Order: sequence, then structure tokens, then C-alpha cells
Amino acid sequence: MIDHALVEALTQIVGERHVRTAGAERATYAKDGLTVHRRLPAVVVLPGSRDEVIAVVRLLAVHGVPFVPRGAGTGLSGGALADQDAVLLVLTRLNRILKVDPRNRVATVEPGVVNVKLSVAAAPHGLLYAPDPSSQSACTIGGNVAENAGGPHCLKYGVTATHVLALEVVLADGQVIQLGSPGGEAWGPDLVGLFVGSEGNFGVATRITVRLLPVPRAVRTLLADFPALRTAGEAVSAVIASGIVPAALEMMDHSCIQAVEDSVYAAGYPRDAAAVLLVELDGRVDDSVAADAASVEAILKDHGARSVRTAVDARERERLWQGRKKAFGAMGRLSRDLVVQDAVVPRSSLPDVLEAIGRIGERYGLTVSNVFHAGDGNLHPNISFDGRIPGLRARVDAASGEMMAACIVAGGTITGEHGIGLDKLRYMPLIFDGDSLTAMRGVRRVFDPAERVNPGKVVPVHACREWAGVRNAEFQARNAEVGTRSASRGDGVSSSALRVPSSAVGS
Amino acid sequence: MKIVERVKALLGRDAVLEDTGAPDGLPRVAPASPDAVALLLGTAREEGWRVRVEGAGTWMPADAAADLALTTRRLDRVPSIQPQDLAATAEAGIGCDQLRQQLADRGAWLALDPPGLAGRTLGSVVATATAGPLRHGFGAVRDHLVGVTFVTGDGRLVQSGGRVMKNVAGYDLTKLQAGGFGAFGVIVLVHLRLRALPRVDQTLVLEGSREDLSRVADDITAAGLTLAALELFSPALARRDRWVLAVRLAGSAALVGAEEAGLRSATGGQFSALRADEAHAFWMRAAEAFATRPVTFRVGGLPDSSDDLLDLIQHQVGDEWVSASPGAGTLRWTGETTVDRLRRLRRTLAAQEVPLTVERAAWPLRRAVGHFGAYREGVGPLVAGLRHTFDPGNAIAVAVESEDRAG
Repeated sequence: MIDHALVEALTQIVGERHVRTAGAERATYAKDGLTVHRRLPAVVVLPGSRDEVIAVVRLLAVHGVPFVPRGAGTGLSGGALADQDAVLLVLTRLNRILKVDPRNRVATVEPGVVNVKLSVAAAPHGLLYAPDPSSQSACTIGGNVAENAGGPHCLKYGVTATHVLALEVVLADGQVIQLGSPGGEAWGPDLVGLFVGSEGNFGVATRITVRLLPVPRAVRTLLADFPALRTAGEAVSAVIASGIVPAALEMMDHSCIQAVEDSVYAAGYPRDAAAVLLVELDGRVDDSVAADAASVEAILKDHGARSVRTAVDARERERLWQGRKKAFGAMGRLSRDLVVQDAVVPRSSLPDVLEAIGRIGERYGLTVSNVFHAGDGNLHPNISFDGRIPGLRARVDAASGEMMAACIVAGGTITGEHGIGLDKLRYMPLIFDGDSLTAMRGVRRVFDPAERVNPGKVVPVHACREWAGVRNAEFQARNAEVGTRSASRGDGVSSSALRVPSSAVGS
Repeated sequence: MKIVERVKALLGRDAVLEDTGAPDGLPRVAPASPDAVALLLGTAREEGWRVRVEGAGTWMPADAAADLALTTRRLDRVPSIQPQDLAATAEAGIGCDQLRQQLADRGAWLALDPPGLAGRTLGSVVATATAGPLRHGFGAVRDHLVGVTFVTGDGRLVQSGGRVMKNVAGYDLTKLQAGGFGAFGVIVLVHLRLRALPRVDQTLVLEGSREDLSRVADDITAAGLTLAALELFSPALARRDRWVLAVRLAGSAALVGAEEAGLRSATGGQFSALRADEAHAFWMRAAEAFATRPVTFRVGGLPDSSDDLLDLIQHQVGDEWVSASPGAGTLRWTGETTVDRLRRLRRTLAAQEVPLTVERAAWPLRRAVGHFGAYREGVGPLVAGLRHTFDPGNAIAVAVESEDRAG
């Protein structure tokens, strides 16, 4: 537990206003964007500078107190939640853009800088910061680094890891290290690459140097309308196989379209469509972008698109994108609670997996909406429900597990951009064996021997090879059976998908 | 029992290569599967053997002090090519030339053109993170990887990443392996991100003085062209009388046509196009040159420091065999040099926040200066800790901890 003397010492560092101990204040930080998880931190501390972060981390090291770094709290995995014995270290006050270097196309920022503000600052130089999570108007770049965040335009430009060149990191013991170099060349083994996506387990990034890209001069945004989810999925595969790399290739299903069109973010999507694809092509020269757009339009029509509409101007393009980017918010209208999944499958598996997810939802009597990065095969099946209804949460959990199983069986993984956090911890032994999980835990302990930074996340505690080996054997046996059965049914997945052991969550 | 007999008993008689023994007389073992690699390294840990890891033997000199050499050359299968997903899985010992051909047959392309001979193994390219000129347009080696499977120094088979295009499940050990020089295990399987084979692949070159070509490169960079490669070659590397600025355009006919027009507009139309066979020979010869001289290193600065870095290199180690990617700020050098000269150059570069990575050299030199040199404050213990995590018995002979210690 956190004693009064420690709270006093924290106050000495950051000031009384920036240490929150009252229950109501702490409750503000008890959830992230995935509201099904709730943890009440012991104390919330909001340092205002790098030096304050270092002082706080060193103080906590002396006292052996766990802590959880947190940005804007928009994450979708329960990754930035702290338990009653831990301090929540909120970094939103470290929000300065320290440098924009247009000649070298790099910028250095503090972790609390809101994602979109960097692009705004770079815009006068004709540059932008490419990773664009849907929450980009609120999420922080420090949080993006922790989660290796993606976004629609990462299809062409790569996820956060592609754009981070160098980091200043405060380790768990308060030591400050410099990783990477401004030019992007690793200085030794690629510890920047290792740090990005480590969900806060390796320390706190206090300075982040990123690559900026030129704002594309030519853009075409297409909206294709499909009568069936399957044909939309097949069209995605065909576009990817054509060799044209769209800047973004997003899909929304019928349920999602209704939610968006019923909201203030209505974008003019066709309400009778089973699915729409939002395809953006960009580049330097209008003629070549137009040629690629024409090729993509032909592919979409060849694969069953009823119509393909091209945004005529920037305003229409923004409207189409607003619908997509605010889709999660719109789905909040469907029901009281929302579970957001984040699996990735091979793109050619999309048609089968989408149908399988639909069947799972139907079988459990749940409302499932799909809005996702189709070009990357990064699915976001969202289940809307009212958690107050007895037994419903258990059905949602079971359906979620089956959806994950369907994605794993298809050769996929359990998270593409949201991270493991608390939410996906139970699935980790299903994709990694005991040796791989043990290796990850070993890496974590190099950075943080006592495992005090964001404890209980990413790697399940019971990661010993014997335990996980049993689980994986069970999984493989079950899904070998599933594969045989489903092959005869032709649906690729099964109704008897695995049950994820609750013991996988660890203690 | 001698090591050779022990290994034959473990992996079968044909696992020990008889006719291509290492120059220093070490037994050379070629496991035929990832499990066999795991078995060998597990045994090495138990027996206290030190193991030198080799690919095709065309890049890193096969001279690290060890008890046996493990070559990945029999791990040369390509279990999966999925052109519709633009993904492939290949074993680490496949030659890049063979892999490139198999991919091309399926209409797919790995946008990497590493330095070295054509038969250099994929595992070697990944372990040393040696990207070539295509880094300008398509990124570093790590950007082409979606996962790797590797064997730790004590024989554990570890999986990182997966086979899909996005994956944040667990820590990204793939990034640690890319450019880790084998310090954290032996890469056995690589999951790759591919591109469609470009419909058009065009190379244009311009000869001139280094200063003039640097200015042209600045103009090209400022124009924001979409290039696959922009590389400045010394005369010896280009096999021309003067420096050469080479531009590679790859993609659809519309894209290549538009960018070539943009290039000519930005530079006054001075470039001349190479025929496909000429272009192939040009890039291949330059790549091969980096494998034929005693030492090769790379440095990575900011794009606007490219000229200053070339000056510094010229002053301290000479610029006979050098290429630079002005748009990316990276530079690769090859030639003869000494431990003292490398240390001095590294110190000068470090003061400018520019790392120097020794990509290949004889063991005594790389042991002395290390692939990375002295680590910055606080980083050395992390690297040592990671090394201990993945190779607790220090079985893998690798020079990531040099005699130049700082942090």
C-alpha cells in the first residue's frame, strides 16, 4: 500500500495539485477506452516535466512501489490501469513539441503530445506524422509508442515502430538512457524497436524522436458499396494482390454503417449496403494516383461492388473519413457497453473469418459490428451489450474467445494495434509457447528486474513452459479437430472453438 | 568423445560437412531443421562448446574463435509463399538469389537489395540488418519482417511476431534479432512482408563530381519524388571514372513515368537510363564489392549531414569504396583500415550522434572494436543482460561486447 509519507514526497516533487488521492479523482483514471476493465489506482501523479518524471520514478524505486505510465487513457486493452498498490503516472502534462526539423523531416516531442497536434505543427512545412489511430485527436504519442499504435494510413506508411527513430527512456530504477539516433540507425542492437510496443513494461519514454513524411499532393478517396460481406472481403484481397498499395483500405459492415448514419457523424454511407470499403490512394503526382484509383475502382467493381463513389473534394473526403474515425463513438449509441476486439488474419482469409464471426455473434445472440483496417487484415469485431443484464457478460466473453480462436486458426494473431494489456493476457499462451513467453519475461526483467512497471500486463505470470505446453497441446488438438470438421462444412472455423482458461490470466 | 563424433551421434552423420571444412579446421555442422539447431545448441551449452554461426560463408569472415561452426546452409526451404497476402516464410539459410527467384515466379518481391554476393543467406541479411539502396524507398531490414523464429544459445526455440502484417502481441523480439549479429540466438525461420513484383523497374544514372552530384541529390530530395533508391557511388564502386548518382524507380507504369518526369524536371534532364541488363549488373557489382574487401561498416546520420559524413570518411579512412544514400542519411564504406583508425572515426562520429556499425571484418578487428563499439551510458548493461537472457552460457561467438567499454 502507499503510505502517507510517500504521498507527501510525491507532492514535494510535482506539487499538491498534481497528486490525486481522493476516491472520486482516482476513479477518473480507473478505466481506459475499453471500459469493461476497471482498476482503481492507489495514487495518481501528474508530473509536469522530464525531471519530475525522473524524480518520481527514482522515489518509487527507493520505496519499491509499482507504477503504471499512462497517456490520455484512450487505449483499448486495459493496458494503462493501475491496481490499489500502484501509482498511476499520468504523462499528459509533458505535452511540448520540442523540435520540428523540416530539412531532415524529424521531430522530437514529449510523450504527452497529442498525436494530431504533431501533424498540425508539421503542416506548415508540408509534413505530417503518419500513424493516425482513430483516437488521434486525443491519444498521445507516448501512448502510441507504448502500444505501437496503428491507424488507417499505416497500410502504406507503417505503424508507429516504423516512424520512431530515437528515445530517451527512464528505466524502472530511475536511470535515464538514450536509445537510437536521430537518423534512425540503431546504436547497437535495435532497442528502440524492442521498446516500441512494450506497453510500458520497459520504462517511461520522456523524449521521442520521430520521422515526418511529406503531405501527399494528390489524394483519391473511394467509397465502394457491397451487397455481401464476403464479396467485400474478396475485393480487399484482390486489391492487395494487384500490387497497388493504397494509403488506407478500411471496411465497415452493415451494423456499423447504421450506427454511423444514425449519429452526428453521418457520412452518407449507403444504409442498405452489407459492407462498404473506404479506399484512399495518395502520392505526389495526380496522374499516377488517378491511374491507380481507376485500377482499384475496376477491381472493386469486378468483385461485386454495386457502386464506387469518389470524393469530389476535400470536404467530402473529410466527411467520409469522419464517419470511419468516429465509428467507435457511434457504436457507443447501440448499447451501454462495448467490447472491442483487435485480431489480425491473413488478408485472403478475411471472407471466411468475417462470416465465421457473424455466425458466432448470431449463435450467442449478440450484436457484432465490424469496422476495421481491411488492407492489413486487422479486424475489429465490436460487441455491443448491456453488462447489467445477468449472464450477458459471460456470453460476450465466450463469444470473444471463439472469435479469437477463429482468427488464430486462420493463421492470425490476437492483437494488431491495441496491445495485450489486461484484456488479451488470457490469449497469449494460445499463440506463444512456454519457451517464447519465458523469453519475453526474461527480456522484461532485463529492463525491470522487479517487474514494477505496469505489472501484470503483456506476459501471463504463469508462463512456465510446462503450463503453457499443456495449454497449447489442448488448443492444437481441439483445433485440429475443428479444422477437419470445418473443412467439410467449408466455413474455416467451428462452433466448438476453444475455451480460454481463466487461469491463464495469472494471479 | 570428440565433438565431431558427439554431433554425428546427435544429428546424424551427414550433419557434419566433410568436404567443406572451415579454413581453421573447425568441424562444420549443418543442421537440417530448426529442431536440430536447437538440439545442437542445447548440447553445446551442456558441453561448454563455443559455436560460430555461419550462413553461406560469403559475408562475415568465418574466423571467430570457437569449437565448432554451425552453418544454416541446409535450412534452405521456403515453406510458404502467399502472393495473395504478399507474405512468405523462408528458412534462414536460403540464398537471397534463390529466394528472389522463387518469389518472382509467384509475382512477389522482397524489396531488399543487401550488399554482398548473390547467394548470401537471408539469415545473414537479417542478423546484420544490412539493407542496400532500396532502403530509401522501402525501409530498413526490420520493416520487411513480420516475425522470426530463433534458437537461443542454450537451445530453446523461440517464436516472435507471426505471419500477419500487423502484430503487437508480446514484445517485439523480431526487432532485437534484426541487426543483433546473432548475439541473441540463431535465426532459423523468417516471416516476410512482400510487395508485388514491380511492373516497371527503371534505373537512371548521372556521372559527375561528388559535390555536383550531392547538390543534384539535394534537389531530388527537395522535390519529394517517390524513389525506390537514390544512391551516390564512389567511382571505384560504380566502376566509372567519376562519381555516380543512381536513381531507381519501381512500380506501376504510371508511377514510374510520372516520377521519371519529375526527376528530369528537378534536375534538368541530365540522367541517362540503363537497360535492364545494365541496371542489374550495375547494382549487383556495387553490392558485391562490399563483400570483397577486408572491412565494411555503415554509419547513419541525418540526411543533411550526408556531405559532412563523406568529408569525414574521406579524411579519416579514405573514400575510394563508399556509397551514400543522401535521402536517408546512411553511408556504407569498405576497404582496409586499422583498429586505431576505426576507433578514432567512431569517437568523432559519436560526438555527432552518428553510430558506426562494423558489418564485417576479420575476427581480431571486430573483437577489438565490436560491431557497435562502446555503448552509451546505461545501455551496455541492458545489452549484456539481453545477451545473458538469450545465451546464458555465452555459447555463440559474436562481437557485440567490444573491448571499448563505456556504458
